[in-house]
Amino acid sequence: MSTAMPDSLQQQLLNDLLVESFEGLDRFDHELLALENGTRDTETLNVIFRVIHTLKGTAGCLGYGRIEATAHVGESLLSRLRDGKIDVSADRISALLALSDALRAMLQHLETVGDEGEVDHGPLLARLQALQEDVPPATSVEPEAAAAMSAATPAPAVVEDDGFGLFDDEPAPEPAPAAVAATAQTPPVAPRPAVPSPNSDSEIAPKASVSESAIRVEVGQLDKLMNLVGELVLARNQIIQNVTQPDPAALLAASQRLNLITTELQGSVMKTRMQPIGNVWAKFPRIVRDVAQELGKKISLVMEGQETELDRTIIEAIKDPLTHIVRNAIDHGLETPEARLAAGKPEEGRLLLRAFHEGGQVNIEFTDDGRGIDVERVKARAVQRNLVSADQAARLADREVFNLIFLPGFSTAEKVTNLSGRGVGMDVVKTNIEKIGGSVDVHSAPGQGTTLKIKIPLTLAIIPALIVTSGGERFAIPQVNLLELVRLEGEEAQRKIERLYDVPVYRLRGQLLPLVDLNRHLQLRPAPDAHDIVSIIVLQADGRQFGLVVDAINDTEEIVVKPLGKQLKSLACFAGATIMGDGRVALILDVLGVAQQTRVVSEMREHARAEDAREADQIDDRQTLLLFESRRGRHLALPLSMVARLEELPLADVERSGRQEVIQYRGQIMPLVHVSRFVGDELEERPAPGDDELMQVVVYSAHGRSVGLVVSRINDVVQESLAVQNEHAREGILGSAVIQRRVTDLLDVEGIIRVAVPSFHHHGDN
Amino acid sequence: MTDAPQLCTFFIGDFTFGVDVRAIQEVILYQDMTPVPLAPPAVRGLINLRGQIVTAIDLRTRLGLSPLEGENRPMNVVVRTPEGAVSLLVDEIGDVVEVDPAQHESPPETLIGPARELVTGVYKMTDRLLLALDVGAAISTGPQRIDAAA
Repeated sequence: MSTAMPDSLQQQLLNDLLVESFEGLDRFDHELLALENGTRDTETLNVIFRVIHTLKGTAGCLGYGRIEATAHVGESLLSRLRDGKIDVSADRISALLALSDALRAMLQHLETVGDEGEVDHGPLLARLQALQEDVPPATSVEPEAAAAMSAATPAPAVVEDDGFGLFDDEPAPEPAPAAVAATAQTPPVAPRPAVPSPNSDSEIAPKASVSESAIRVEVGQLDKLMNLVGELVLARNQIIQNVTQPDPAALLAASQRLNLITTELQGSVMKTRMQPIGNVWAKFPRIVRDVAQELGKKISLVMEGQETELDRTIIEAIKDPLTHIVRNAIDHGLETPEARLAAGKPEEGRLLLRAFHEGGQVNIEFTDDGRGIDVERVKARAVQRNLVSADQAARLADREVFNLIFLPGFSTAEKVTNLSGRGVGMDVVKTNIEKIGGSVDVHSAPGQGTTLKIKIPLTLAIIPALIVTSGGERFAIPQVNLLELVRLEGEEAQRKIERLYDVPVYRLRGQLLPLVDLNRHLQLRPAPDAHDIVSIIVLQADGRQFGLVVDAINDTEEIVVKPLGKQLKSLACFAGATIMGDGRVALILDVLGVAQQTRVVSEMREHARAEDAREADQIDDRQTLLLFESRRGRHLALPLSMVARLEELPLADVERSGRQEVIQYRGQIMPLVHVSRFVGDELEERPAPGDDELMQVVVYSAHGRSVGLVVSRINDVVQESLAVQNEHAREGILGSAVIQRRVTDLLDVEGIIRVAVPSFHHHGDN
Repeated sequence: MTDAPQLCTFFIGDFTFGVDVRAIQEVILYQDMTPVPLAPPAVRGLINLRGQIVTAIDLRTRLGLSPLEGENRPMNVVVRTPEGAVSLLVDEIGDVVEVDPAQHESPPETLIGPARELVTGVYKMTDRLLLALDVGAAISTGPQRIDAAA
């Protein structure tokens, strides 16, 4: 570090060293594994040797003595291997992989802290030395050496975790291959270095490492970009000229050219940002090897479609989730060799990774031929963890059961290994994939294996979208979520939309499609003439379909996604905003967010919670609530799902049947219940009904019969995450919560009806 | 460069506010806005500022004042924040004034309501009181409000 070079030059050289060395070490690992799997050509060994040789040389030049010395020992071993003086063995491969980890750790320390770190690699070096002899290392030194080594090993999680922070069980290049067992080396437990290292997760997290902040672009690609920019300048000149000397024909030609150039330029720039998914996968062989050895499993990893390209921002985002999935498959999916043989399967498990493009998305599949997901065990675990009730579990279809593994707080590992089962589970994987607009799906056949499918968009920056209008505003809907469009006109519009307990549905080729009215959901005023035509956009989110009703469908367009300010970040229904051709801003709908808010796709999660809700002191769940007032101005709420209709009925129409107030409603006799009476308000003398006086009635329906709840005022419909305090519960009231900054009582509708109209439920049963 | 802080002043209702001129990116006329459904009430909409999407915060709403009446349209005071540019909607823009730190006083204890959290201090000018606006507080629309709206 203490060279006389100017700082900037030193820094530049250091950056080059880091980029080059990280790449080199990845190649080193890769080739070593190839060597272990039987590739014995000299070229492979040459590549391995050159990586270490170059690293040693460059580090030496820059004055990093410790790296140089460490690399040197490896180089000597490799040199003997290359010359055929000693043979390739599992020990030697493991030791060399450990060397690569040690070097990587020092380089990383160099990058984040500025020096090579204090970690003592003596035991590793001794091991490498010993392996240079053509005899297996003496076993007598083992205990101390192993102990020393485990103490000296840098904490891998610290080293490898590049900021995700969530996967703290990240494999990391544990210098674990020592576990090979053949020699009695104990696996290093990888504790943190005794000296408190400044190299902590939090410090690394926000900073992109050198190798992540630079990419390689082909010169040809750059030349092409330059040409396109040249053409763009010409097109601009033509258009500017047209402003002073208008010529419609020339302007038309110029704008067409501009259109072409822009499209091509967009494609080319995108291409420079594209990286093969193989870049992420490159570390998987190593992880599979390490984890499999640690667990005593035999696994062959097959990768197809490594050249499939993705935008680099997405590559970064999926790195950790994918790693977690691979580790999960090895840990939970694949069996031990004995179990496999017993099940009549080949001893060696197979993990297949496939990536391919399909319909503007990248599909990634993880297929293992392991034991599959045990439906009963998953159910049992979910019940045990209170994620679903036993009843619900019994009713779940297999597909729904598989998806339980994505629920927070679920982990099937019977024994908590140090690989998984640390409370970071598949739910985090799912969340992270969904965050970038992707989806995860899992299929499994007992005894035959599990397939996990991930779909992710190619890029996040520019996406094709459908532009719609609702409430006078334009919204963009990403086409990824779009399945089809349905347009109903005139009388059809009225007839074809049916109501299922106040939830509008549409029969789409025999299947009931729940409908969400965008105007209603976003509290927009619908266009006045929108009633003749109903436009339904059939969307898919979370594996379920629903229809979004909008005022008008405009066109498809490629939009540039721009983030929303922090004031709006918490609005789950918007994914961002974009600027339209006329310069106005349009919001981009987050289809998953809308679906979840309107509960179209959340049945599973609802199931999961409903059971506990009554007992729980705090019900934390987002609900759509109807807010209203009792006669004395008390604020009351009830779930909108219990409301069949809201009506204004003339007071004069109220009749009596025995002691019960009733009203004729839709050909039925509907009992009326004055809510005020049940929430502790005295009912004042009712003024003599004037002919035109109206009362507000909330119609509750069950079993084909209705009850009218008479309230004083209907205020609002809101979506609230409720923190209900049950200690306020009493007759007619389930509890209280603060909604819109007012203390609001939650009405116990069923309780009230049971008291007020005892015949209601009784009748229903008949 | 003088040490005396320079404040960009603007008017909202009867009040004169000031924001450190260095925090201000630009002042622009009323822009067409795209309203954001379900957003906190103070968020009036999104404006397109040369390809950048900027959230417009209505200071009248933040201060608990009634909306601007008649044909008057608010101006955009675009401020730089760590999270990007944000526009503050104000009635009218004033001058940039140099203030003397000696004229500064904490807001009176009797000042209550929304203005309390938005005003960091008062400068006693010769002809009026200049309220120093806490930009950070003004643009944070409160987590609980966002939750309720979402």
